Amino acid sequence: MKELSDKLLGGRQGAVGLAILALLLFVVFPLCLDLFRLGLLGKYVTYAFVAVSLVLLWGNGGILSLGQGMFFGLGGYCMAMFLKLEASDPVSTKIQTTPGIPDFMDWNQLTELPWFWLPFKSLPLTLVLVLVVPTLLAFIIGYAMFKRRVGGVYFAIITQAIALILSILIIGQQGYTGGVNGITDLKTMLGWDIRTDSAKYILYFVNAGLLIGCMLLARYILTSKFGMLLLAMRDKEERVRFSGYDVSNFKIFIFCVAAMMSGIGGAMFTLQVGFMSPSFVGIVPSIEMVIFAAVGGRMSLIGAVYGTLLVNFGRTMFSETFPELWLFLMGGLFIAVVMFFPDGLAGIYDKYARKFNIAGVTSKYVAKFSKKAAKMIGEKYE
Amino acid sequence: MFGYTMDEVGNIMVMQGFSGLSLFSVLLLMALGLAIIFGQMGVINMAHGEFMMVGAYTAVFMSKLAVKYEMVNSYFVFAIIAAFILAFLIGYLVEYLLIRHLYKRPLDTLLATWGLSLVMQQTFRSSFGAKEVSAELPEWLLGSFKPTADIDIPINGVFVMVLALVVTLGVYFFMFRSRGGLRVRATVQNRVMASAVGINTQKVDRLTFALGCGIAGVSGAAFTTISSTGPTTGSLYIVDSFMVVVFGGAASLMGTIASAFGIAQAQSILQFFMTSSMGKVATLMTIVIILMMRPEGLFASKVRR
Amino acid sequence: MSSSDRRQFIKKASVLVGVSLALGLSMATGSASAADFPTAAVSTTGLAVTDKTVTVGILHSATGTMAISETGSIQAEKLAIAQINEMGGVLGRKIEVVQEDGASDWPTFAEKSKKLLESDKVAAVFGCWTSASRKAALPVFEKDNGLLFYPTFYEGLEQSKNVFYTGQEATQQILAGLDWITKEKKAKTFYLIGSDYIWPRTSMKIARKHIEQHLGGKVVGEEYVALGDTQFGSVINKIKLKKPDVIYAAVVGGSNVAWFKQLNAAGLNSKKQTMLTISVTEDEVLGIGGENLEGFYSAMKYFQTLKNPNNDKFVAEFKKAYGENAVIGDVTQAAYLGPWLWKAAVERAGSFDVDKVVVALPGYEMTTAPEGYVKVDANHHLLSKLRIGKWRKDGQADVVYESGLINPDPFPKGYQ
Repeated sequence: MKELSDKLLGGRQGAVGLAILALLLFVVFPLCLDLFRLGLLGKYVTYAFVAVSLVLLWGNGGILSLGQGMFFGLGGYCMAMFLKLEASDPVSTKIQTTPGIPDFMDWNQLTELPWFWLPFKSLPLTLVLVLVVPTLLAFIIGYAMFKRRVGGVYFAIITQAIALILSILIIGQQGYTGGVNGITDLKTMLGWDIRTDSAKYILYFVNAGLLIGCMLLARYILTSKFGMLLLAMRDKEERVRFSGYDVSNFKIFIFCVAAMMSGIGGAMFTLQVGFMSPSFVGIVPSIEMVIFAAVGGRMSLIGAVYGTLLVNFGRTMFSETFPELWLFLMGGLFIAVVMFFPDGLAGIYDKYARKFNIAGVTSKYVAKFSKKAAKMIGEKYE
Repeated sequence: MFGYTMDEVGNIMVMQGFSGLSLFSVLLLMALGLAIIFGQMGVINMAHGEFMMVGAYTAVFMSKLAVKYEMVNSYFVFAIIAAFILAFLIGYLVEYLLIRHLYKRPLDTLLATWGLSLVMQQTFRSSFGAKEVSAELPEWLLGSFKPTADIDIPINGVFVMVLALVVTLGVYFFMFRSRGGLRVRATVQNRVMASAVGINTQKVDRLTFALGCGIAGVSGAAFTTISSTGPTTGSLYIVDSFMVVVFGGAASLMGTIASAFGIAQAQSILQFFMTSSMGKVATLMTIVIILMMRPEGLFASKVRR
Repeated sequence: MSSSDRRQFIKKASVLVGVSLALGLSMATGSASAADFPTAAVSTTGLAVTDKTVTVGILHSATGTMAISETGSIQAEKLAIAQINEMGGVLGRKIEVVQEDGASDWPTFAEKSKKLLESDKVAAVFGCWTSASRKAALPVFEKDNGLLFYPTFYEGLEQSKNVFYTGQEATQQILAGLDWITKEKKAKTFYLIGSDYIWPRTSMKIARKHIEQHLGGKVVGEEYVALGDTQFGSVINKIKLKKPDVIYAAVVGGSNVAWFKQLNAAGLNSKKQTMLTISVTEDEVLGIGGENLEGFYSAMKYFQTLKNPNNDKFVAEFKKAYGENAVIGDVTQAAYLGPWLWKAAVERAGSFDVDKVVVALPGYEMTTAPEGYVKVDANHHLLSKLRIGKWRKDGQADVVYESGLINPDPFPKGYQ
């Protein structure tokens, strides 16, 4: 039992870090932020899924994928298709030529639901597909590439091209996908209105819970023997191969896990934001997500989450006040992180904070505070 | 054939052949600078498109001057030279400040140069405005050349083609027929040995990177004749450029030429028979599939890995 | 605007009463002081209305790829608001603006709409440009019962209680233009080309139906290019093979520039080929270059060269505010209408409440629009005219045709 908890939490240091993060996500933010800001935070948290997946894939595995956006997008589209079908019941779409199909299909003269939309009539099936579709695509790509020992820069560029292809396809096939506008105007999930304030709160907590879950899973993977091998592969791939391990299978596996996590993030994004569009599939969002991970620290699961939240909050704040400066700042930040802090925020923390044993001190307060806060939050949302 | 006369079909085939060649030269110009930087140095320059825009904006700026001093007919040659010099200098500076610290971490150059591309985009926007601009082109670059009554050969296409030829030959002579090129190749093949025999490898790196950027600048200036110039236009070119280089096999100049040719012909033919956007998807898809089967590209360098 | 400027405007406001009457605006304008309209009476839903001010939002992309297009709209909306304030504001209250940046990113539009409506409690929002951004923001406006004035010509197929569309929907822009070119140029064969996304595709669908069913013409080719693609060699050859009487084009963004440059270079200039485009306004010409456009036609409801007193004044003031070189395109003018229409509606309703404003606006006739007379239809779009402009080398267009008033029809029967 102790061993398992060590593996999941990553020892005392990791446990404290995770506890602080959980405290922030579950208690501090919901108490301090109004619903609007909390909604924004929820959106950033969905990006954090991708950042966490990149810590696995890139930080520890040395595989840089510039196509994580497409997995995020696929997960999001799966969820959006389900919600769209529910929103286009025959009654609310009765002004259409063909009632009961999504409005954009009707505008594009489709008279019946395309076959690949059919599974999305059922929620359980949709939830399975949210996990399976990105994973399957990752498996195909990974199998084709890693078995032939494509890696490094080549892999990055090819994933980028695939992301581009996917986004052109989605935009071009608008009768089936909603085109450049994406799938919008999503309302309910099994009759439960996802747009109300209470739904927003619930979705936020589910979202944060899933993120913590993904982080635990990632930590488990990293602390297992497999995690050791992953690091070894990153640093000396040939040696691992010569030691008798099938490197490509490990790579395929970690790529699939990363894709699945991104897919979950995408599905939560759709639920929180209420639509999905091809602008999350292409190259730019994919690179941005790599940047989130880099800023937070590519080796640190917790750091990646903070990185994502910070960069996005920064973007929102700055684009409100100095839209001109924001790109300079963002560009400068990436350059600075890469040049001076390759381990990101987590690296800075390790370098300075550990000296003062912050973790040890905070853990005491965390324990005290969380009791109090649990009480407060209970009162607030009664 | 399909209700067209043989003449018409013949004419279209001539023009279609030309547009394939013209796309080939466009892709080649786009990719050459990148091929040098990526192929010779292993650096992924995500700001490549922005270096092209440095050239394009130089051309636009020169055209404004030319209109003022009534030199519209001759300025374009100077504009291209100026574009090369400016992009070269900026490239030199970027290598010194940024890239040289990252040679051991190729994936990180990707991120750093992406940051750089954002900064450059915003610089363009702040100094030239968010709107697209166009260069005043000399009369001799406009319109078409007509060998027969029904065949139009775009002059700007011919211009880009000639320029692509000149630049390619220039790169060839530099790389394979000059001492500078010898040093570059020596450095690529074995850095330690190269520096042991007295080559200043740092200087070589700086010049190689700057040269790649300079060529990007030239192509950017040339593209003002066929497409748009705006702060974010550069990002339109980046994927195409990378595909050409990677498809060709990174370290080979011949490979880059061959792959630009292959991709251009495929895209040009597919876009003729399908709709343009589906043709583009089909081309990219083909490249990706071929790359999955032949990850080292068409012309792999024969190096043991 | 500094506070001393504002005070001056208040002083001027009384002088301007006569002017505003002459402009045919509502009787209450200018002379209205806030005292006649107690805040508690004109705002019952908690909007940001005080005794002296009312807050509205402007939501466009100031950064990102769309900034190219949306800058003009921001300028026009700010100009209109400054002019309204100069005349005494709305119901005696100065308009204050909260400007948000959509950053060319659709969720950001939704997010900022939410901020404007829920945190800033703005009385109206002027904004969005692309359909995608509007589609993303729309559910927010409907849920929070906000009010959006949307300036761009677009594909139609939408009608919301909470949105007023000050640009043209597709049929208004397409049908009359095709009628004209068929009649004027004896056109029989058409080649349709557009960027590959919803607006061109919907527009081309309407155009094809109209050409085939009503004009007796023939569509000899229909082509879509990926957004951002800049290579048109093969497409141009296809067009040459088909030899259409008219090219009907809706290419956008960077592709648009490449399209015209390469078309011209391939010998298809206006001397040889008639082209009618629905995606070129004065703003696009800057990037394309007048020499590449000369002689081609655009179908829009507004051109900067339009001759009427309203427009002369508008162009003069726009240039005064943003420099001699500023150009005004169709969307910029439509954006300029937004604040004026909102002001009129508020005054008709005697209230800032969205529900009352929404009811008050349909039926309103505006005679002071730069484009001339417009009327707000019950379906929240405007009745407007269509003009055909023939481009000159200097980047301006000569208006060669003007239709009668066209009813907006966002869900056209028989064209879907």
